[in-house]
Amino acid sequence: MKVLITEYLRINLDTEQWECRRCGHVHGSARDNYKRGLLVYDRDPREIHKPLLDTRLYERTYSPDPAWCRILEYYCASCGTMVEAEYLPPGHPPLYDIELDIDALKLQWKDRKEVVEPTVGPDLALEKVKNNRALHADHAHGHKH
Amino acid sequence: MNDQISKEDKALLDKFLADNQLFLGPDPEIMRNHSLTPRSRAEDEILKKGLDNHQVHHVRGLINAALSEAFTMVNQMGAAPGAKWGDLVTGIYTAQGDLAMIAPHGIIAFAACCFYPIRFIVKYWSNDPTVGVKDGDGFIHNDARYGGIHNTDQSMMMPLFYKGELVCWLSSTIHEGENGATEPGGMPAAAESKYDEGIKMSPFKVVENFQLKRDLVTFLQNSVRDPKLQLEDMKVKLHAVMRLRERIIAILDQYGRDALIGTLRLHLEDTETEMRRRIREMPDGTTRVLQFMDSSLRENCLQKISCAITVKGDRLIMDFRGTAPQFLNRSVNTNIASFKAALCTGLLQNIWPDLPHTMAVLSPIEIITDRNSIVDAEGEMPQAMSLMPLFKGCVVWTIPMNKFNYSVPHKYSAVIASQYDQAATFIYGGLTQHGDVTGNFCGDINGNGQGARSHADGEHSVSPVFGFMCDSGEHEINEEDTPIIRLGAQRLAKDRIAWGKYRGGMGYEQIATARGSALWGFMTGCEGSKFPSAQGLFGGYSCPSYQLMKIKGINIFEELKKDPKVVEVFDIVKLMNERPIKGGKYSSNDMGMTFEVCNEGEIYMICQGSGGGYGDVLERDPALVMKDLREDLMSHENARDIYKVVYDEKTLVVDEDATKKLRDDYRRERIRRGKPFEQFCKEWVTPEPPKDIPYFGSWDNNREIYATTMGQRVKMPAEQLQGAFMLNPKDVRIMQLEGELEKVKAQLDDCRKKA
Repeated sequence: MKVLITEYLRINLDTEQWECRRCGHVHGSARDNYKRGLLVYDRDPREIHKPLLDTRLYERTYSPDPAWCRILEYYCASCGTMVEAEYLPPGHPPLYDIELDIDALKLQWKDRKEVVEPTVGPDLALEKVKNNRALHADHAHGHKH
Repeated sequence: MNDQISKEDKALLDKFLADNQLFLGPDPEIMRNHSLTPRSRAEDEILKKGLDNHQVHHVRGLINAALSEAFTMVNQMGAAPGAKWGDLVTGIYTAQGDLAMIAPHGIIAFAACCFYPIRFIVKYWSNDPTVGVKDGDGFIHNDARYGGIHNTDQSMMMPLFYKGELVCWLSSTIHEGENGATEPGGMPAAAESKYDEGIKMSPFKVVENFQLKRDLVTFLQNSVRDPKLQLEDMKVKLHAVMRLRERIIAILDQYGRDALIGTLRLHLEDTETEMRRRIREMPDGTTRVLQFMDSSLRENCLQKISCAITVKGDRLIMDFRGTAPQFLNRSVNTNIASFKAALCTGLLQNIWPDLPHTMAVLSPIEIITDRNSIVDAEGEMPQAMSLMPLFKGCVVWTIPMNKFNYSVPHKYSAVIASQYDQAATFIYGGLTQHGDVTGNFCGDINGNGQGARSHADGEHSVSPVFGFMCDSGEHEINEEDTPIIRLGAQRLAKDRIAWGKYRGGMGYEQIATARGSALWGFMTGCEGSKFPSAQGLFGGYSCPSYQLMKIKGINIFEELKKDPKVVEVFDIVKLMNERPIKGGKYSSNDMGMTFEVCNEGEIYMICQGSGGGYGDVLERDPALVMKDLREDLMSHENARDIYKVVYDEKTLVVDEDATKKLRDDYRRERIRRGKPFEQFCKEWVTPEPPKDIPYFGSWDNNREIYATTMGQRVKMPAEQLQGAFMLNPKDVRIMQLEGELEKVKAQLDDCRKKA
């Protein structure tokens, strides 16, 4: 039984290992931080959010300040898929972001059917926005939108 | 004092202290309790007798319709810009002051905070012979320390008596904006103490016999910059609540008091039960997220919000310990009750939007904070710009809850990255072209880009983070009322995108100037100019950073008269890089700007931002990349560098094989350059924050908190947080300039000596 945890990670309940959902690579113990099995790269944020203004004219150019912010890119060591992009101040310890109780997880999935592809939930927030826009557009205020 | 006093003496002492309380300030017993009160005797009797579920459903529908009607009245008649764009609510509460239901289109955040002032009235004024609560009374309130989101919002609250018994409370709240603060518009970033925040109304009676007390109204009018608005909206809210009262009385006449009281209580209890059921469906464990705010709106400084969500059975605990300490003299603090309202908003906006909009959704959630942190500031702290941590509170759920919910077989809502979370709009003040004094904010605050979803791109400029029902307004109406002229608006901010397999919904540019005013000015209150604000999910990137651009020392109207083609297109990047208006002073600045005079024709430019991206950029369908190019949302440079797509620039035809090869090569390049986690951490992690960054919050241990106070870094135990005192940025600048001057003088002396 495998439980999907993120777009790129799943937990194999039988082996208690983190696995890559793209290539099946085993990252490490599900009782530990999955990041320990990944490769990390310290990205200058200006390479991703490129300066849009002339850097000779302006200090602030829509790019993050590389002295304040770095992007830690986490890759699967086998297929190179980017699993996480973590924005941190330089030198800040990476976050232990997913720490699940594996015994409880096993118990929870004992009577559940395995899910291979995640279901897509209804987009309720957007639906509500669109309903409201329709309501607003129907108000008589001289013209139709 | 002898602590062995008898029960009678203790009771006497308590009564003496209660009768002689010198100041009825915000009551921690009320303000720190976000859960439902225990059932009243009446509620318990009714629910034990049992209710007909069909009737409950019917009564609930009638209440909803009544709330909706009252909402529409306020929306249509309210004078405040916020009322026109939907920043308001109407609500109904139990007799004890638990918020049961709000209007379907009402701002959700209000559902989790409007009950505090009613609980205060119930506790303190009901039995006070000098105040009392009677049929026909109405109470006003705006001070967030007694409940509410922030001090720009004013409420009208009315008890409903039926056959002599108080059966429920009704209210209406509008984001009025102007409140007589040190800067116009009601959200002064310049406030350095709570006494700079303008009028602070603890809940008090302003209506008797269903009529406004004109003496008090006049006092309030004198306290704000827009006296006409103050009167008009007090009347609007009162009459909307009175209409709501008529409708609820009709329900009471038709179905009886038990049906109403029972429905309100059951609605709350059912919601709480459903919340616990959904929590049980999630895996047990802890997920975490960090948020970094890079500005106090007066200077750049890095404040951390640390959040760990723990699920255990049907318990959900949010732990914010390790968060930045409060500021003594900056307005970006919030009290804990307002912060919880933001949390409730986020839960209902992006996690479980199908749940009823009531305080009961937050009721089962346990919240832990460090006292005197920026999200749990004490009452004396200024909090006029509490929107900064509050907006973070709205989106703080998104990343960690998706890490719980992704595995749950049944999804109640889409998996979604963070929405853009800044108040990216112009706040304004001054004299209008009609000669009136005014101060308020523009509806662009409601145009935050949506986060990308697990199955689709985010929607552009979808809504504010605090309520998906708000509209971004009509500029024409604003131009009729104020001297603000829009030179550019609603142009999507090209290339300012949070990249991913699915990209975030984008924000738009706002280019404004003033015309026909003797005195006009703007302020902006956003962070995210150095450290991006909206976070990506599962490998998606965050939004970029955004800045405030200005072209000062020119009058665009004169320039256009001289040469109608002086500006080809009002596009921020083009204007700033090409500098077509000669003689102008072009600058790119932090998005936090205190009130500044805008002379006629000077130009101010900001952007609404993008929601976070979702997933690995290399998995983005090349067809979607071409679509973005066709829609002019991005440049070819980014299509190639970020998404690694090979295509023909003219025809936008993709070379699928070459793209696959390029992407495969790039994945190998990632593997080549990436370092194993342990090795990376050894080289990366530093024992404390970078010395040259004013840093606030924990680093590697959430029981030790860093701050910079009076220009010096300090470290404090989290249990004993002290507020940080910030130096005046102008004094800092003067010191820097004096230092430079000394240096230059010394060089000059050297030169003279050598000569």
